[in-house]
Amino acid sequence: MNSDEIEITLNGAPTQVPVGTNVAELVTRILPNARAYAVEVNRSVLSRREHAERTVKHGDVIEVVTLVGGG
Amino acid sequence: MTAPFAPAVPPLSIAGFTLQSRLVTGTGKYRDYETMQRALDVSGCDAVTVAVRRERLVDAQGRSLLDFLDLARYTILPNTAGCFSAEDAIRVARLGREILDSVDNPGKHWVKLEVLGDRKTLLPDPVGTLEACRELVKDGFTVLCYSSDDPIMAVRLRDAGAASVMPAGSPIGSGRGIANPANIALILELLKDPAAGGDAAYPVIVDAGVGTPSDVTLAMELGADGVLLNTGIAHAKDPVRMAHAMKLALDSGYHGARSGRIERKLHASASSPWQGSIASTVIPGE
Repeated sequence: MNSDEIEITLNGAPTQVPVGTNVAELVTRILPNARAYAVEVNRSVLSRREHAERTVKHGDVIEVVTLVGGG
Repeated sequence: MTAPFAPAVPPLSIAGFTLQSRLVTGTGKYRDYETMQRALDVSGCDAVTVAVRRERLVDAQGRSLLDFLDLARYTILPNTAGCFSAEDAIRVARLGREILDSVDNPGKHWVKLEVLGDRKTLLPDPVGTLEACRELVKDGFTVLCYSSDDPIMAVRLRDAGAASVMPAGSPIGSGRGIANPANIALILELLKDPAAGGDAAYPVIVDAGVGTPSDVTLAMELGADGVLLNTGIAHAKDPVRMAHAMKLALDSGYHGARSGRIERKLHASASSPWQGSIASTVIPGE
């Protein structure tokens, strides 16, 4: 891991991201062009308006989810 | 010529939601999105269930579920399928609400709560379900609660604030139909019969295990307000035709339940009159 990177857990996998990355940028990486998605940071939902403001921190556990077929 | 007799099945009200169709269908397990889209259309449903997952499941052409769901037409009912604890179900419910809020679908206000107890049977964990139901109701959700067919559990969930209790006919995806009609009847009595402390307007939807149109009809004949199913349509050889059959079956059961069925009798009751018969043979049993 470079000194300009931090490690987070993204959708269950250890992931290195540049220092200063915000949640909105992370989402673009996981779900490009997605409109229907939600983000949970450390087990709390992060509302859409907070995505660009919330900078990812070392050790954050982040889930990015969407809708799939189900019963 | 007399006017055609075509009584309508009225909409179903669940808290703030009004469903024009009492058949709620799932969106999982279809062989392709086109088939799903057509089956949903033919089923006449206006509410469909979906799951919340990490990965965007795309088909070979890179298309996803939402490319085939008209969000202006369907109210999306997000489920908490796959959760084995109250805590996880609550997290998933909140994420589902956030997703539907982002696309401004009315489904953001409700959830199909499932807290499962076992992977093999997918039977609900009653303790976890009750715990999650209480918490989600407190959090402002309209909770449609998947349950076993246990009548006392159904009462507990209603009392915890579930907007609808949805007893399983049989295990999810099993196609075994209504395994215990007596239990479903008891649930309906306890939740809907004022003489038993129920409310006729309280919605009870039979969820899970439905395999055939006759299963749907039986659920409605017993007095259920609606039926939720997925695999019975999605895994049929002809899902679109099965969707049509399920729709007819629901209407059939709804009207049948309100037509006053005859009593079951041990002995026969001739439909043709004895009087005027030219038969001269001795009638056995006379």
